[in-house]
Amino acid sequence: MSSTVPPAPSAVNAATVEAARRRRARMQEEERRLKLARQLVTPEGAAIRLKLATAAERAGAFLIDVAIQWAIVIATGLGLGFVMRAMDPGSANIASALWLVFFFFVRNFYYIFFELGTKAATPGKRALGIRVTSRNGGRLTANSVLARNFIREIEVGLPFQFLMMGGDQVTGWMALLGLVWSGVFLLFPIFNRDKMRVGDLIAGTWVIKNPKTKLMGDISSSTGSVAHGRYAFTPKQAEAYGIHELHVLEDVLRQSTQEVKAQVALRIRQKIGWHMQPGETDTAFLEAYYATLRRRLEQRMMLGDRKTDKFDVR
Amino acid sequence: MSDLLKSYRFREERESDWRKLDLILTRAENSGVRALSDEDMTALPRLYRQAVSSLSVARSISLDQNVIAYLESLCTRAYFFVYGARTSIGERMMDFLRRDWPACVSSATGPTLLAALFLFGGWALAFFLCMQDMEWFWTFHGQNFWDGRNPDASVEYLRSTIYTDEGEISDGQLTSFASFLFNNNAQISLFAFALGFAFGIPTAWLLLYNGVMMGSLHAVFWNKGLGYEFTGWLMIHGTTELFAIVLAGAAGFVIGGAVAFPGQMTRLNSARHAGQKAASIAMGCVIMLIIAALLEGFGRQLINSDAIRYTVALSILGLWCAYFYLPRRAGPV
Repeated sequence: MSSTVPPAPSAVNAATVEAARRRRARMQEEERRLKLARQLVTPEGAAIRLKLATAAERAGAFLIDVAIQWAIVIATGLGLGFVMRAMDPGSANIASALWLVFFFFVRNFYYIFFELGTKAATPGKRALGIRVTSRNGGRLTANSVLARNFIREIEVGLPFQFLMMGGDQVTGWMALLGLVWSGVFLLFPIFNRDKMRVGDLIAGTWVIKNPKTKLMGDISSSTGSVAHGRYAFTPKQAEAYGIHELHVLEDVLRQSTQEVKAQVALRIRQKIGWHMQPGETDTAFLEAYYATLRRRLEQRMMLGDRKTDKFDVR
Repeated sequence: MSDLLKSYRFREERESDWRKLDLILTRAENSGVRALSDEDMTALPRLYRQAVSSLSVARSISLDQNVIAYLESLCTRAYFFVYGARTSIGERMMDFLRRDWPACVSSATGPTLLAALFLFGGWALAFFLCMQDMEWFWTFHGQNFWDGRNPDASVEYLRSTIYTDEGEISDGQLTSFASFLFNNNAQISLFAFALGFAFGIPTAWLLLYNGVMMGSLHAVFWNKGLGYEFTGWLMIHGTTELFAIVLAGAAGFVIGGAVAFPGQMTRLNSARHAGQKAASIAMGCVIMLIIAALLEGFGRQLINSDAIRYTVALSILGLWCAYFYLPRRAGPV
């Protein structure tokens, strides 16, 4: 690539190279994100974009759930131990027997109970904003939920058992071999495109992100017509950036502090050659520029011309 | 007004409907379908369709990423709600008991026979080996197993382990023993199901192993002339428990077979189809094992007559077979 670039003063060259490097990094990041996006076409024919949960999110949700399970088991165990001191041996035996059965159900049916609910997610999954859904877009059946959770026995139970085996040399090697073999099931989600566990594969499900986005005010509306006359940008100024920069600007206006806004405003003024007018605030300038840029880009988009970023000059 | 953006005007016209849908969904997610009024239910399909079409339009005309992200999440939530399951847990359970479970079991006769072959094959193998030479027992079990129920034990001791004397038992012990066995067996049967994924080979091994354990123990009692009595002791709950274990193995084989030999379907599809069926069978096994534990904890220790033991065992087996395999009227779907 460097051979096609004509020789230029080294300072300019370094800046362009840096900009190009950052752009490439950004595009790679976007591509990585797109890899986890799946399309669901509803019966109405509209496409809804679903994002798969990453392996890290799945693991995090699982750890939270395991912690909750242990908390339930330990709390009831302690409570029972306290109550049992007051009982005669016979009923104490019955109580501990019932607790054993309870333990089995907490171990195996905790996930099933929550995933059968309307939210199709365990507390851990809810905390991380993910949920279980059927892979073909149909409804999540009870059988799928059962299948995906009964399979957990080989994904988590089996490696754990091999880990506990240990002992002398021979059994030690056997345990290691078993651990490697069962590790394949445990690490299965990392090695497939859809981040499916073995249980997901058997049940025909996958786990997607379920973000709850709040609808915020439209930035372009707040500038209103008052500011319109004041900030008259030339067409060339309105063309300086692309969609990516527009979205960054939107994030800055919605979330950033005053200092960041001041810096961004400074950069934009420099780039488009805007002279600051008396009484002009950074926020007002940015909002006005946002509205202008968005109007310009939306017009172009409606004509089928998406300007992806500031490097996209056609 | 002309200087407002087109995409903003688009949003302004529809925003109140989006928010209405959002409100309905939030209410439904938090407190169930019952929390919705009749008006909500009638408005829902219209609001849903409108949100979905808003999303497609917004994608092509708006560059406000907050609006698009909001609509994406709104439509996803609405989609899962509109096309989600509406049956209550109770209905599902009834459906499972009335149709799903027996249908799944009776459609898996092949794997069931295979699983039975492994379990009882191991049983017979160990039994005959031990009958010829009791040394085999120690090979299978190692030392100190089954608390003294081994070839060196006396007939009287062995007899005492299968009959309970009057007044010797306390209720508490029975229940805790039964619940321990239930835990153990249920975990093993879920294991047998899950191991099916590895082409069913570990499932076969697990069945064989359990068969060998029981077969060799059977031989010990048989050798001391307690064969008839031991069989009765075992069968009273064993018909249910062993049937459950065989079915769990069958569920494993259903999955293993589907993964290894997908036939016309893709491997993924075949696994999914088999998984749904096998999961029903495995769930049923847990129910059967609860019943077996009750029989074991109470029936076995309280009933000490061989004739009654055999009657109970065989009638329960008959009931299970009738429940699973008798053809039934096709219900309304």
